[in-house]
Amino acid sequence: MILMHDVVIIGSGPAGLSAAIACRENDLDVVVLDEFPKAGGRLLGQLHQEPTGEWWNGVKETEKLLERANMLDTDIRLEVSVYHVEKVDDTFNIFTNKGTLEAKNILIATGAAESAAPIPGWTLPGVMSIGAAQVMTNVHRVKVGEKGIVVGVNVLSAAIAREMQLAGIDLHSMALPAANVITGDGSNPIKVMDGLARIAHLAPSKFIQFGSRFARASAFVRNTAVKFFPPGGVKMWGMPVHIRKAVTAIHGEEKVESVTICKVTTDGDPIPGTEEEVEVDFVCIAGGLYPLAELAAVMGVPFKYIEELGGHVPVHNEQMETDVEGLYVAGNITGIESAKVAGAQGTVAGYSIAKHALQDHSLEENITNAMEQVKTVRANASIQFHPKIDQGRARVAQAFEVNAINSDK
Amino acid sequence: MTNNRIVDHPVLGRLADRKEITFTFDGTEYTGYEGDTVASALLAHGIRTLRVHEESKRPRSIYCNIGHCYECRVMVDDARGVRACLTPIKEGMVVSSGKGLPNPLDASIPPEELPRTYQEYEEQSKEGKGDTDA
Repeated sequence: MILMHDVVIIGSGPAGLSAAIACRENDLDVVVLDEFPKAGGRLLGQLHQEPTGEWWNGVKETEKLLERANMLDTDIRLEVSVYHVEKVDDTFNIFTNKGTLEAKNILIATGAAESAAPIPGWTLPGVMSIGAAQVMTNVHRVKVGEKGIVVGVNVLSAAIAREMQLAGIDLHSMALPAANVITGDGSNPIKVMDGLARIAHLAPSKFIQFGSRFARASAFVRNTAVKFFPPGGVKMWGMPVHIRKAVTAIHGEEKVESVTICKVTTDGDPIPGTEEEVEVDFVCIAGGLYPLAELAAVMGVPFKYIEELGGHVPVHNEQMETDVEGLYVAGNITGIESAKVAGAQGTVAGYSIAKHALQDHSLEENITNAMEQVKTVRANASIQFHPKIDQGRARVAQAFEVNAINSDK
Repeated sequence: MTNNRIVDHPVLGRLADRKEITFTFDGTEYTGYEGDTVASALLAHGIRTLRVHEESKRPRSIYCNIGHCYECRVMVDDARGVRACLTPIKEGMVVSSGKGLPNPLDASIPPEELPRTYQEYEEQSKEGKGDTDA
């Protein structure tokens, strides 16, 4: 006989933990699952300076959430991988590497994954995703190498490059990935320039002032800036950032020994004869983030492709409910945003689940307040992954309404 | 001995003293700390290669470091295909690198000469072609 839980939460990041706290405050029987050995998800490892000068330290933020969760006796089980979920009548069966759980409600808060930006030689030891370097540096406190290069210029890679610098890791530069069918916009200097406005506020630096000045200018001015981008790159915290150079290949026998970097046109095409070889012992590839949503897909939740949210997202409403009764989503699975937004969404989901489980309509007020909090946090977010988040969010909410009307017919 | 630990950090502070844990990787003994994964403990000693590709035998290491990509598969005690990036080290743990597998299709054979049927594969094997002992 398997114990029936009120709710199983998949993912112990900011969304999952915040939801668990809201559920435990209402005395629900909650189990939080995560396959990483430490709770906190990718909140662990985040480290950047807010515009106020204060440091946002993910390890400390996680400790605060865990302290609250532990005070409420929350059952958090780590090193548990969920590989399948199904719903039979009103019961969710959650299949894990450590047995099957049953629950009346589930929250899928699995976060995001990194898009690949493959370039020749990328399977060599020493090549890793930018997020891998973040976890190694700030969570495990192990240097990923002596001297490296960051391939991919975006919000995430700029923030993590800075984190590596803080840890005393030498970076040669940041450059674009060579253009191919997969790297897409990330290898196009004009598109990359468009994205730079979003890191304008991160911290004072020449590069950022450069980026923000042009990213807010007209397309003509911006394209001119790309055209005349300094050949030596623009320095960010002393490190050259190139949007007119791309890494075309990674070399080495048993591990990374060097990369080939070459100049590119404003469209990202390599300029023959400009290749140079740079000695490095590690390479970080930054292809951007997309919502990690497979479990919602196997549950039959409808999806919608929303560019502004980072890809295919499970359709949900502002209360974080989906079309499948009892199945909720929160955090980056609903769209790529900061950890603060994810946490605020988790609180909404937690109260929504409590209301559903207890049939307690007095919780409406908590839900409304928590939804307002999401908007406030979003408006004040210091790291914005996409300038049109609000439009993206509105399109998902609209899709939910349309589905609801159709299913009523 | 390589030690890639980030001991002092301007914002995160000094690394706290943690319990030492000893484990083996491919027969060699290594020391890591409580909270380390197999991947982080080995990288701290400068070891990147965790397995070879089953067919090409080319070296592989961590890629995503958070369990998504499965590039870091190793053998832990008796379990195969364990992700080094998600597995905390434990005292006395026996870790071995992911190994290549026998490849019946020798990479040196031109594509047009590769067997098209099982019968052709058997005939070629009798003639001693194909990489069967990895």
